[in-house]
Order: sequence, then structure tokens, then C-alpha cells
Amino acid sequence: MSWGLTEASVSWRGGPWLDDVTLPLEAGEVAVVVGGDGAGKTTTLHLAAGLRLPDRGSARYPRRERIGAMLEVPGVYADLTVDENMRFTAGAYRLSRRQREGRGGELLERAGLADARTRLAAQLSGGMRQKLAVVLALLHRPDLLVLDEPTTGVDPVSRAELWRLIGHAAAEGAAVLVATTYLDEAERALQVLVLDEGRPLLQGTPDVLTDGGRRSLEQIVVDAQRARRAEVVNA
Amino acid sequence: MGTRTVWAMTGKEFRQLRRDRRTVALLVFQPLIMLVAFGYAVGFDVEEITTAVYGPQAEQVADALPPALVAETVDAAGGRATAEAALRSGDVTVAMVVDGQVQDVLIDGSQLFAARSAVGVLREARLPVEPEILYNPDLASPPVLVPGLAGLVMAFVGTIATSLGVVRERQSGTMEQLAVMPFRAVDVLAGKLVPYLLVGLVDLVLVVGAAIAVFDVPFNGSMPLFATGAVVFLVVTLGLGLFISTVSENQGQAMQLALMVTLPQVLLSGMIFPLDAMPDALTWVSYLLPLTWFVQIAVGVMLRAATWADLALPLVALGVQALVVFSLSIVRVRRDLLPSAGRRRKVRQPDAPVAVET
Repeated sequence: MSWGLTEASVSWRGGPWLDDVTLPLEAGEVAVVVGGDGAGKTTTLHLAAGLRLPDRGSARYPRRERIGAMLEVPGVYADLTVDENMRFTAGAYRLSRRQREGRGGELLERAGLADARTRLAAQLSGGMRQKLAVVLALLHRPDLLVLDEPTTGVDPVSRAELWRLIGHAAAEGAAVLVATTYLDEAERALQVLVLDEGRPLLQGTPDVLTDGGRRSLEQIVVDAQRARRAEVVNA
Repeated sequence: MGTRTVWAMTGKEFRQLRRDRRTVALLVFQPLIMLVAFGYAVGFDVEEITTAVYGPQAEQVADALPPALVAETVDAAGGRATAEAALRSGDVTVAMVVDGQVQDVLIDGSQLFAARSAVGVLREARLPVEPEILYNPDLASPPVLVPGLAGLVMAFVGTIATSLGVVRERQSGTMEQLAVMPFRAVDVLAGKLVPYLLVGLVDLVLVVGAAIAVFDVPFNGSMPLFATGAVVFLVVTLGLGLFISTVSENQGQAMQLALMVTLPQVLLSGMIFPLDAMPDALTWVSYLLPLTWFVQIAVGVMLRAATWADLALPLVALGVQALVVFSLSIVRVRRDLLPSAGRRRKVRQPDAPVAVET
């Protein structure tokens, strides 16, 4: 089943905040939204997860029980332990104890958090907390996984572990949408949407965008931004 | 300490305070409102003592009562049992039984200040019988004040504890996470209420136990009735805290609002100052406060052995308050904290994916 946005726009104070975004999210595939601060990544994710309705266009997403999300602030309870956070999330999704322990244990192992089960989330490093948030989002095997900058401020090892978790979720059949500020992460996706001031700047597979790897994505984005600025100035 | 650094800090605090207008409004107007309300509330003198007169000559006796005794019920068919029932229900402070001449004059000792005024008025009236004070023969303060204090303790604990619940989620960012999880507003609120309800009930048992053991407060009435009243009252106070939490922007604001709602109950609930001694307008404010109704239940059950029928009004009033605060909280949580929930429900078919087109 495919989810995603079709010509979705959001207005703010009379002007477009997010303009005409079409982003199909297919089961088993990872899509990445890239952009600088204020580019509209979070708004795109909120539309995709049904947290916000588009002012124009349409959004298609599964019912809430089938969505897994890690939003801007990792939604883990600092005053609960890793295990207690997991118990809360499992309860919310009505998972049995066996499902929680089986699936949860496996995910914690993958995330490198198996030894931290009894630690308070407040005592975890920023990267560990991000990983815990992703583990919680994956606990109920969602059909749609939405992650808002899961790797921002995370060390390279944890970053690799997070991407392994994301890849695994897609392999299990989830449609995954990840927002990131890192262009190199875009190359891990099947589909890339680059946003600039709320408007799509580039969109396609990394292979097509980089001309089969002959050009760097970074250079392509910079060139596209320059071209758009020039268009605006000429207009 | 450098002057410039202090000024830097002071300037920052002022700028932050300026943006937190609700807190500024609370800080400025709260003392004013409290002073005015408390100023009117503070008074022990009950000028009109509600009275019931029963017996064949009830009409004549009622006409001849001293001006301070206001006859609310005059019933030629009633007798001693009717008079006791009227006092037990809390409807009147004095009940007289007349048969040829005044046979019995009963005073409800659980309405402490009204009863003290009544004793003075009746002594001056030089009736042929000595007034009989029921429920609190010595007109002692602890049996009347302590049951209400139990409610006050619960109001403080309940409202203040839960007032931080929702706003804390919002400030820490976990509320947004709850919004994408399969929680309904009612799930979030009920889930937050239950633990505090249990803690509140434990508190109540301790406080009532101490009232009986330490202050010799009698417990004459029905335990199930008291427990029902206490649970409904707790639900209201906890619900009020949750509602405060949903309308507050930060934890400081929530705490201020919780105190603003709880403190007036000390003076306006009738626990210390009798409602009969307050101006009418303020009495209506009192009826909006949950503690006012719980005081009636607690004193009614513990001292007067009031029945379910006697306390139907306070129970219904608390029930309505519980319903109102929860409905408002649910609306707030839906609208402000889970913004897509209400709108999404309109377009979603059960167990089906969602397609929103605008």
C-alpha cells in the first residue's frame, strides 16, 4: 500500500509555507527529505503522519495504530528507564508481553542499547536517546515510519546503527520517511526530495539526481539553489 | 557582583516576563481578587438563622419568632422525628416542636457559627425549654472544621499535583509524540487521573483516620456514602488540575493557576466562615467551588449521619462539576494538544487508512 502527499501545500500568514509537495511513500522503501533549517522538512513529516492537514492537495497515511514516528524532540520520557519507556509504548499499541520482550529485545540489541535497559532515559547520551526513540517508533512494526532528523547531533557509530535500524524497518515492509540536514544520508534512500524555503528544489532517485554517481549531490543542490535564486531575482 | 551583570540578568527576566502575559496578569490581579473575595468572606456572624417549626401551633409560634430566626419550614403535621430529619438533612439550623407550647428546640451543632448565634438568640427569647444541641453538643470547633480540612488537603494535593501533568508533556515535547500514537484525549486524561486518584484516596484514609484518632471527630454516618462523595470530589479536584494543565503555557503558570483556584476554597467553601454570613453574590461563587459541596458531605456524614437523600444535592453538584471539568479538558486536549485528532476522526473510516483531500 502506498502513502504520501500529492500536491500538498500549507499556508502561513497568507503565504505558502510548504508549496506543492508530491511525495509517494511506498512500502519497503526509504524516502528522504533534505533541506536546511526552515526548509519545510518537519511540516512535510507532519503532513505525512497526519499530524497536520494540508491546506491544498492531499495526504494519505495509515490509521494511527500503524504509524511509527520520532518527531523533532525524541518522545522518550526522561524519568523512565529504557525498559519502562518500552513498556509504555507497547501498552499504547496493545502489544502482548511476549511481543514486547521479543521484538523490543531484538531492536534494543540492534540499536546497541541492550545493556542500557535499566538506565533512566535522562542518563542516556543524546545519540542513545535518539536510538531509543527510533526503537520505540519501530516496536509495533508500523506500516509507515516517520523520523525527523534522527541522526542530528549523533556520533558516526550511532548514526550507522540508526541507519541500519531504518534499513531493517524498510526490509520488514514499512514505508519510511526520514528528514535530514545531511546530504550524504540522502544517498541511502530510494527517493530524495530536496526542499528549499518550502518548495521542492530537486526530486528523484539518488542515482538519477547524481547522474549515476558522476556528480556529487551537494554540488547539484548548490547549483539548483543558485539557479532558483537567479530565477527569483530575474522575476 | 557587578551592576552591569545584574542589569543584564534583570533585563532578561523582564523581557521573558513581558512575553508571559498570563503570569503577569496572575501576579498582578490574583492578590486583588483574593483580597476582595476574602474581605467579604471573613465573618462569623450569622444574622439569619434558618428555622423549622413543627406541630399543631407551628404557624403561631413561627409568627412570634425573634427576627433572627427565619422560619423556612412551618408544618403543623410534623413532630420530633420530622424535626430531627430536617436538622440531619442540613436544611435548617434550628428545629422547634410545638404541642400546646414549645416542647423541643433542637439546634444543629454541626453548623458551628449559626448554632452559636442560635443559642444566644434562643436564650434571650426565654423559651420554656432549654435548647438541645445535636451532633456537636459542646459546640466544639474540631469536629466541624476537621472533616472540611480533610477535603482541603485533598483539594491541594489533587489540583496541584495534576496541574503539571499535561503541561509537562507539552514542555518536554512528549505531547507531540502522544499525538501520533493511538491515544484519544480521554485516554490521556483518564490515564493521568487514575494514579493521583489512588494516591488521593490513600491520603483521605490517612487524614480521616487522624481526624478520628487525634481530634476525636465522630464518624456517625455511612462509610459508602462518604467514600462515594470523596471519590467524586477527588475526581473534580484532579480534573480541575488537569484542566488547568491544558490551559497553561508552562509549569509556572499551571502552579499559579492551581493556587488561585485552591486558595479561595479555604475561605469561601463554608469550611471556616459560614456561607450564611457571606453576601449573596459570594455565596454563588462558593457554590462553584467543589470543596463547598464536599464540606457538606463530610460534615453531614461524619457528624449528622446524613443519608443519601439528604446529600443528593452536593453529590449531584459534584457529579456535574466532574463532568464539566472533564469535558472542557477533553476539548482542550483535542483542540490544542492533539490538533489532528478531532479533524481526522471526521474523515477516517474505522480500521481504514486515511486519505485527506482539501
